[in-house]
Order: sequence, then C-alpha cells, then structure tokens
Amino acid sequence: MERPIRVLVAKPGLDGHDRGAKVIARSLRDAGMEVIYTGLRQTPEQIVAAAIQEDVDVVAMSILSGAHNHLFPKVAKLLREEGVDDMLIIGGGVIPDGDIPFLKESGIEEIFTPGTSTTQVIEYIKNNLKR
Amino acid sequence: MNIEEGLLKGEKRACARLITMLENNDQGAIDIIKKLYKHTGRAYVIGVTGPPGSGKSTLTDRLTKELRKKNKKVGIIAIDPTSPFTGGAILGDRIRMKDLSLDKGVFIRSMGTRGSLGGMSKATWGAIKVLDIYGADYIFIETVGVGQSEIDIVKIAHTVLMVMVPNLGDDIQAIKAGIMEIADVFAINKADLGGANKTQLEIEMNLDLNEKKDYRPSIVQVSASKNENIDKVIKKLSEHRKYLDETGEMIERRKRNAKLEVIRLVEEELMDLIMNKALEEDMLEILSEQIISRDIDPYSAKDNILKLIKK
Amino acid sequence: MFDEKELKEIKKGKNKWAEETVKKAISRFPERKEKFTTGSNLKVDRLYTPVDVENSNYNEKLGFPGEYPFTRGVQPTMYRGRLWTMRQYAGFATAEESNKRYKYLLAQGQTGLSVAFDLPTQVGYDSDHGLSEGEVGKVGVAIDSLKDMEILFDGIPLDKVSTSMTINAPASILLAMYIAVAEKQGVSKDKLRGTIQNDILKEYIARGTYIFPPQQSMRLITNIFEYCSKEVPKWNTISISGYHIREAGSTAVQEVAFTLADGIAYVEAAIEAGLDVDDFAPRLSFFFNAHNDLLEEVAKYRAARRLWAKIMKERFNAKKEKSLMLKFHTQTAGSTLTAQQPDNNIVRVTIQTLAAVLGGTQSLHTNSKDEALALPTEEAVRIALRTQQIVAHESGVGETVDPLAGSYYIENLTDRIEKEAVEYIKKIDKLGGAPKAIEKGYIQKEIQNSAYNYQMEIESKERIVIGVNKFQVEEEHHRDILKVDPEVERLQKQKLKALKEERNNIEVKNKLRELKTIAKTSKNLMPYILDAVKAYTTLGEICDVLREVFGEYEQSVIL
Repeated sequence: MERPIRVLVAKPGLDGHDRGAKVIARSLRDAGMEVIYTGLRQTPEQIVAAAIQEDVDVVAMSILSGAHNHLFPKVAKLLREEGVDDMLIIGGGVIPDGDIPFLKESGIEEIFTPGTSTTQVIEYIKNNLKR
Repeated sequence: MNIEEGLLKGEKRACARLITMLENNDQGAIDIIKKLYKHTGRAYVIGVTGPPGSGKSTLTDRLTKELRKKNKKVGIIAIDPTSPFTGGAILGDRIRMKDLSLDKGVFIRSMGTRGSLGGMSKATWGAIKVLDIYGADYIFIETVGVGQSEIDIVKIAHTVLMVMVPNLGDDIQAIKAGIMEIADVFAINKADLGGANKTQLEIEMNLDLNEKKDYRPSIVQVSASKNENIDKVIKKLSEHRKYLDETGEMIERRKRNAKLEVIRLVEEELMDLIMNKALEEDMLEILSEQIISRDIDPYSAKDNILKLIKK
Repeated sequence: MFDEKELKEIKKGKNKWAEETVKKAISRFPERKEKFTTGSNLKVDRLYTPVDVENSNYNEKLGFPGEYPFTRGVQPTMYRGRLWTMRQYAGFATAEESNKRYKYLLAQGQTGLSVAFDLPTQVGYDSDHGLSEGEVGKVGVAIDSLKDMEILFDGIPLDKVSTSMTINAPASILLAMYIAVAEKQGVSKDKLRGTIQNDILKEYIARGTYIFPPQQSMRLITNIFEYCSKEVPKWNTISISGYHIREAGSTAVQEVAFTLADGIAYVEAAIEAGLDVDDFAPRLSFFFNAHNDLLEEVAKYRAARRLWAKIMKERFNAKKEKSLMLKFHTQTAGSTLTAQQPDNNIVRVTIQTLAAVLGGTQSLHTNSKDEALALPTEEAVRIALRTQQIVAHESGVGETVDPLAGSYYIENLTDRIEKEAVEYIKKIDKLGGAPKAIEKGYIQKEIQNSAYNYQMEIESKERIVIGVNKFQVEEEHHRDILKVDPEVERLQKQKLKALKEERNNIEVKNKLRELKTIAKTSKNLMPYILDAVKAYTTLGEICDVLREVFGEYEQSVIL
C-alpha cells in the first residue's frame, strides 16, 4: 500500500475566512491525503509545533488578511531553526503578485492565488514532495 | 537525525518520525523498537471513547492540562476515520488542543484508521510504545467514536474512559448495546447543560444489569469547556489504576493485551504471507471464478491457498 | 391573479407550445444544457407563465410597498423619495489615515460612513498583543482606545452622518467609544444614527471573529438592545448578516434561512431578557449579499422581506408596523471577484448593484475591482462608488417601486426561495434553534457542502467563471495595489505605550475591577463599559477582563 501524503492545513493569524482552507482540506482528503486541520487563529509557533509532531510532508497555509508577508516567512524560519528541511511549505490567499518573489525567497515554495483549482494544488503537492 | 538517540532524549521530532515509519510499515522502525523495548512499560494508557460530539478532545485537553500541573509528561494519540474510498482522512482533533501544541511535556499525534476496524489504527500499538520510550507518564488514546466498533480500545488501554453527554436520545441505546461494558470510568460531559442526572441514572441502571464485573465503574459529571470537575475525573482514573495495581488485575490486563498483540501480529504477518503469494499467482482471481462456475467450492479453495505455506 | 378559466387556457396553450413549437425548434437547435439552474442550483424552467404563480393571492403575497408583508419594499415610495444610502466600507492602517479616507469619500458624494476595523480590534486584542503581530491596520483601522476613536472621527460631525461599524464580539466597546466621542463633540446620544453589526452567531458560523461563548455573547447583545432602546433610540443595534454566510459558500436559500434563523434567536434572547418585542424589533436590521444571478438575487430579497414580516407577526406577535419590516444593507459579493482580468469585476459589481437595487435595498456597498488582489486603491473605490451612482441616476431602475414584481419567473422564484428557507428554519427549530444548530455544526456543514460543490462545479466547468475557467488570457503583473506600511504596527504600538503612560492608571484599574464585578452579575454592562472607555481603558484590557469572567469560544465541529 502506498503511504498517504500527510498535510497540515493551517490558518495563521486572526483572519477567520476559512472557506478556501476547508475546500482545500476536503479536496486533499478526497485525493487520498491525510489532512491535519488545525483551525483558526494559529500562531506560527503553534503551526510549527503541530507540523513537527504530526511529521507532515506538507505545510499548507491560507491567509486573506494581508498579514502573509509577516506570518508565512515566520513559519518557514521557525521550521528551519528546528532543523526541518524535508517539508514542503506552500501558501494561498489574497496575495498580490508583487509579494510572491519575497515569499519564495523566504522559503515558501509555492503561492496559490484566487482562482487556483484544487486539482492544481493536488498535482503540485504530488510532484514536489521532498521525501 | 538519529532517531534512537533523539527518542531516548525525549525529542519530539524523533518521536514523530518513528511513528510515521511505523504507520508506513517500515522495518527500520520495528528494529528500533525491538532495541528500545526495555524502555517501555512505564506509561499509563487511558483509552478515551464515546459517541461523536461528546467532547472527547476537549476533555482530553483539560485532563492533560490538569496532569501538566503535576508535571506529568503526556502523549496523546487522536484517531479519526480514514475514508474507505479514497484512503484520505481529515484529522481535526488538534483544534481542541491548541494550547497544548507548544507545551514541552506534551506530544500529540493524529492518526487515520487506514483501513483497520475497531476504532483504532494498526500503528496505534506501535505508537504507544514510541510514546512510552519518549517518556510519557500518561498516554491518552482518543478513538474514532462511532459507537459499535470501539471495542479494540480495551485491548490496548489500562483504563477506558467513556465520555457521554446528556440528552443523547437514541444514541445511548446504540452505545448500551455494544460497548457500555468496556468502560472503567464514565464521564458525563457538558453536565452544565442539564440532564446529566438522568443520564447518570440511566448508566447506573445499565451497570446494575451487568453486575458481572469485579470493578463497579465510577461515574463523574464534568464540564470540559467550563473546566469543572476535571480533577474529579483524574481522581477516578487514579482510583481505577490503584485497583488494577492492588488486585493484580494490571498484570492480568497487561498479559492479556500482550497475548492479543502477539496473536494480532502473527495474524497480520500470516495473512500478508499467504495473500501475497496467492496474489502473485493470481490464485484468488482464478479460484473465485472457479467457485462461481461451481468447479470448486469455497472450502477447497481455502485448502488450496493454505497449501501455499504448508509446503 | 388569473381566473380559473384563463389558467386552463394558458395551461393548454403551454402544452401545445411545448409539443409543437418547442419540439420543432429543439430538433434543429438543441438547448445549450440539459439542465438549467440558478447560481444557487435552483431549477430553472424554460418558460414561466401565470400557471407557475397560480396560487398567488396578490394582496396576501405581494401587497403594497410600505405595507405588510412588505414583499414589494419597506417604504411606500422607495427610491422615488430618497435613493439608497451609498456606503463604502473603508478603513485601514491608523485612525489618521482612515479619517482622511472618510473625508475624501464624503466629499465624493458618499452619504454614510462604514468603518472597517483591523482583526486585532475585532477579536479584542490591543495592537501590542502577541497574536496581533502582522495584523495591525491590515484589513481595517486599528483601534486600541478612545484616543484612536477621537482621531478617527475628527472633524466629522456625528450628528450629521450615519455610521455603520462592522464590529461584533466587542461591539459594545466600540459603540461606547462612539458615544464618548459624540459627547466630546457636544452631540447627545439620542441624535446618533448608525449601525453596529453586533451579530455574533454568524461569526461562529462563517466569519470567525468571535471571542466569548454563545451564552455570554448573547447577553452582551441583549444588553445593547436594552441600553439603546432607552439611550440611543435611533441606533440600529444589530445587523443580522447573511453576507458572510453567503461568502462562506452558502446558496441564496441558505443565506435567507440561516440569517433569519439567527434573527429569530436574537429576538428570542431579547424577549427572554425581559424586553418587549416592539421596543427593540424596529431597530433590527439585516445585511445581505448580492451575487451575479440577478433575478435569483432579486427574488431572494423579496422572499426574505416577506418571510421576516410573517415571522415577526405570527411567531412573535409584534404589533408595530416597523417591527415587521426587514430593512437591509447590501454588499456586492467579494467571493465572485476574480484575480484574473480584474477589470471584469466592474461588470460583475454592476450586475450585483442592479440586483440589490431591484431587490429594494436600503443601503449598498459596492466592492472594488481589485479586491481579489489586495486592499482596494482609492481609484478602484471611486469606480465602485460611481457604479452605484450610475445605476441611481442613469439606469432608471429606481424610478418606480419593485419594477420586477409580476414577472412570472421572479414571483415563482420568490415563492420557492421562501418555501425552501422555511424548511430549513423548521429543521433548525427542531435542533433547538440557531445557537444549538451552530454548536452541533449543522449550519456550518450545510454551508461547507455548498461551497465544496460550487468549487467542484467550477473545476468541472459546469459553472463558468469568465477569466478563470473560460476565456483566460495571459495575465499581466498587477501593479496598482494598496499596501499597508508595516510601520503602522510600530506606530500604533508606540501610541498605545504613550497612552498607558499618560492616562490615570488608578482610575483604569478601578473601572476594570468594577467591570469584572458587574460581569459576574446579570446587570446591563453597557454603562460600565462606557465608563471604562471614557477613562481610556483599552479595548484589549476590557476584553481581557470579560474573557476572564466569560471564558472563550472554541470552534465547533468542522469538515
């Protein structure tokens, strides 16, 4: 049996818009993945702790409040500090094009903006796992 | 990352990785556990079960916080169902244990059942050992909570905590039917909402009917969300533990569970052995066709398959 | 509306038409799809005729505008008297910046203010709280204390404007600050006009900015009802919101059903708190979404109005005419805007504006074209406002009342939406009302299912979104977007620190202690919150005390 891919779906920050996160969580499950859903109002520290304990393959975060430039890189940095280098970190939400290069430099490997299909996300994850 | 060393030092990453390896049937993981098995046997394992919506996760969260006050190290395994169609799962129990993520003395792991019945994942047995080596004083196993299929928890836990809620209506019938018997402690959660006395009475009556056990399970009314009576639940759990220790029942349980585990492992391996061979030779396919065309009966088909290992 | 003989004739005619004319046409030109549905998956027939509204008694179902059951509108002359209030939701960064934007909008012809608060304010944390990191001033203005509020409304006469504040869990605190600012301007409470959203149930359902558990939240809400009915009589004390329910992915029917179910819960809570229904019901207002399916949306507003009037009259025995009226604010649907070819969003917003106006809205916010990319720029906000103004002054749709009434399709849809919403409300009643249904996750689950199905329909192209799954182009880099300077957070923290040094901290401590004592009783908290606010106690400090006494809400079952 092929092992299921484990994904942490998290909402960092105070933003309560979780429609996207929930739709993604559900489609990843339907694509055969194990989705650890952590709910609203997560600090970067909590997300990192959960990712480590759950030993996930992917950390997927969603932010619609505009706080992405602060919160996404912080998660990536904390993971690095913990010595984690085999998790795929991705983000989504209302994120201006102009911010994407900075986010990628900060360790977020892909950014999905509005209009992305769930199939695209699933394919991306399957093709870019780090282990 | 050296998993062995890390685990003995109580590192969460090592602990997490080893559980992953176990979930994926990695032989390396089993080798590590074989080597470190002498470090197990310290943890007290509590199974938390009960119907969906009874607040198992919230109660586990509060019990853990209470134990943390006494500086106990806690491991939590939260199990959710895997979809039989896609193999995927949504594991959402962490939502109710948010503050525990950052606690140095707490390790939480969510698991999908991955095809196994009985409200538990196959790797749960292994994961418990990992958490035991990791140094957990208490291990909570939170089962899927679907009602009838929860009985596996008794094969693994020292104490079974059954979480109930008032006004369940028909659901209580369903629980009564199968698994009331496995509980050592009942927690009637959400007791602040009223109706708890009635539920308590119903449980008492049910226990009266089943007076065959030596240990009369205790019942506590609790409100996890309001943080009321959490200490009482801990007290009742300890009482049961004390009973187990003093009467020698603990050793009996451990022995019984060890036996069941070995049987389970042998079963699994035998099945794999036989079925892999049978699949290799396409036997199952061929035999089933012969069965429906009445060229062979199912009993003889079984004999044919078993011959594969008998030789 | 038609006599039996006539209906029979029409039925006969329709059958004949279907058998002969349609069949022939279809054999040559088949229809585009096998099944036609509205934006929310209600079935749409090929043609609607009087037969489809055959059970309609005009006086009973439609009546006249300004009269029960208000299907045709809550005012007798609607936009012939006064146009709807054009109210753009705005606020970002600091109070100073937002104050400038408000003055600009008022100068541009906007007729009411609508304040957006940042997330820390909405969930009751000061700007220096750990969880506020990265969020200060992002989706709205940061308000920590009365000091910020004074700056926010500086030079804006509060007796002249009406102000809508999108604030829920800490609504009583922000309202108290508003009252305090007004007093400093010399404006008495009874002259204040405006709305606080104050709708906590939809926060649990869809929007996520909750603080306290339901029971305590409901107390805060009924405290406000009671206080305002005596002290701030022109204030709309709640805006029961379907907007976010729809944004979270619900259908039009669910939007009506869940919003009105929430409304029922508030009315019940207030009655239970000892208020007379006719004392507070006239100050209830609603907030709906406007999506792209123009005719379905128009029917939705009409159905909601009729259903609410019936509920208030039959279920709650309200006597005052005003208690029966469903007045509502509308915002165009942010979730329908696309990041792809953002200019197309202007067209979407125009359709949605038409829907709101043809549906009889009392006020309207039109979204800006760039909202799927970032916070709107000033230029984008102006186009959005102009869209309303063009519809108001050039389209002619406001020149007569409820112009689509009598359309067989519209009336049939109105009936169907009402009927399906009633079914949902019955189900929710059975579960023990909206708060119970939320606790059980029922409402959330229904919405999530709709959201998921919608996404799948887009991915399978059963549903077309221009620029997203059809007629795509190579996207250009979008440069003109508004960014909030990260400096804002530092500045706001600095201001807060200075405030805490300047104010009378002994007084603050006393006010907080008093608040804590009162919170443990069943007394109305409003006067005490007002007192605390006036002493420059911060929003975070007040919420902390309440959190201590009330506890915090934990998200209910999901997925």
